[in-house]
Amino acid sequence: MPGFAKSGKRFPTHIVVFLAPAVIVYTLFMIYPLLDSLRVSFYTPDDTGALSFVGLGNYETLFFDENWSKGFWNALSNNFILFAIHMLVQNPIGLLLAALLSLPTVRGRNIYRTAMFLPTMMSVVIIGFVWQLILNPLWGVAETLLDIIGMVDYFQPWLGQESTALVTISLISVWQFVGIPMMLIYAALLNIPEELTEAAIIDGANHWQVFWRIKFPLILPTLGIVSILTFVANFNAFDLIYAIKGGLAGPNFATDIMGTFFYRVLFGFQLQMGSNGMGATVAAMMFLIILTGVIIFFFAVQRRLLRHSF
Amino acid sequence: MSSKPLVQKSLSATLVHGILICYSILALWPIFLVLINSFKSRKGIFNDPMALPSAETFSTIGFDKVLGRSNFDVYFFNSITVTVLTLGITLLIGAMAAWALAGYKYKLNTLLAFYLAIGIMVPIRLGTVSILKLVVAMGLMNTLTALVLVYIAMSLPLTIFILSEFMQQIPNDLKEAARCDGVSEYRIFFQIILPLTRPAIATVGVFTMVPVWNDLWFPLILTADDSVRTVTLGVQQFVGQYVTDWNSVLASLTLAIVPVFILYIIFSRQLIRGITAGAVK
Repeated sequence: MPGFAKSGKRFPTHIVVFLAPAVIVYTLFMIYPLLDSLRVSFYTPDDTGALSFVGLGNYETLFFDENWSKGFWNALSNNFILFAIHMLVQNPIGLLLAALLSLPTVRGRNIYRTAMFLPTMMSVVIIGFVWQLILNPLWGVAETLLDIIGMVDYFQPWLGQESTALVTISLISVWQFVGIPMMLIYAALLNIPEELTEAAIIDGANHWQVFWRIKFPLILPTLGIVSILTFVANFNAFDLIYAIKGGLAGPNFATDIMGTFFYRVLFGFQLQMGSNGMGATVAAMMFLIILTGVIIFFFAVQRRLLRHSF
Repeated sequence: MSSKPLVQKSLSATLVHGILICYSILALWPIFLVLINSFKSRKGIFNDPMALPSAETFSTIGFDKVLGRSNFDVYFFNSITVTVLTLGITLLIGAMAAWALAGYKYKLNTLLAFYLAIGIMVPIRLGTVSILKLVVAMGLMNTLTALVLVYIAMSLPLTIFILSEFMQQIPNDLKEAARCDGVSEYRIFFQIILPLTRPAIATVGVFTMVPVWNDLWFPLILTADDSVRTVTLGVQQFVGQYVTDWNSVLASLTLAIVPVFILYIIFSRQLIRGITAGAVK
């Protein structure tokens, strides 16, 4: 941090002027709504619409009332499945692609990078529709492709079946966002000093050994960052499922996650009325889950990783 | 040096390129498929989805229908307005705040930096209940202004974080020299610091632009009229309505893809350099 020679004891008006616009907009439209939403989760409207304090009543309803708890636990467990698939498929593929891209001998990496990152830039809505068309049995593109490799018997309307819809949507999301772990890991790999790897190569190690023994331990903190970004993004996801399946997250709520559940609770669906109090309660639960993940990450995982690698 | 036989070496190089090429095709092909089929007749779309449009199958009927039935031009105008305003204001007030954090030392400095960084990890969507109340109370429901304000708040944390990291690397002497010459703090910021920050501002600009352009949640919640719809919401509603009309669906997707595609080709170097320069630590 650069030093600051205080020119006199005048009140630093300029600092306030520099900070004020950003702090005001940010406080008013981000921090205040977050806090106010937490507050609303302790209130419920009576018949006249006036709010009355109910303590943890809304949370009790969410966890234990038959009408709510089934949807909530279903959305939560689906959300964990979504996260697990991203961790098991997206991040390893991202790691593989980054490792290949960072090999010193690979040519044309700019073209590869640009191509592989393109889906990440697109709107989730567009990507959702694109895959919906491709997997649509009416069009038969997926079927034709499977036919080429002799696996046409395996074709199913994956997006329409309760047993496969969530996994399919998760994989579409993996396809779209693999660019983010790829780029972050790739950047971390580029930052590793060449002397470290060159010495090992001269000693006769191959690229495989160099990667796992030297590079991998050094990029563990980046993998930690990638994991927590994945966690936050997944527990805040909404667009893809809304685009493909609508607010009802069908079939039979098989693809319902916290984001779509929140949307339905807040704005109502079918016979259920929308509710600010319950919506705020669901948002508060999402906040709690994300906060827990971030705290675990910063205080347990990341600190150990940093100590481990330096 | 490594004494691997030449054959083995070229074999592994082939494997590496093989994997990268396969994955690149996997990434591009679905988008390519939509683009080519949007220029085909219904017959062409279904008879041979994988074929390029030919003289027989070429048709722009999808585009004619989309442009006739929906206000795509309005959606584009709205998206561009919202994105440009958000971008301009965020970069200006974000850079000012970043400089206030990076350029001066005072008591609340660290606390403020932390306060402004909360939004990097906590999604703004979780405050939707109260954002909605706030927007209604301010009489901004169904306006682009509401979207711009929310998006500025959403984009500020990362903008301020990255820019203040960058500004900390600016040598202190520059500021001190200017101050000795009696230049005001405001002119130091606008005439010395801001021009030096240009490369970082370009990167942050791309980071800010993409989520704003692509967002579905806030247009869905804060706008109701067709006249204030953005492209993302417009496409979502349009496709939902004409789901069986494949020409229209493919054409509307193409209309949404092409501008992003062009911008991406222009800015991809900037963006990739930004990420790989360690902007995200």
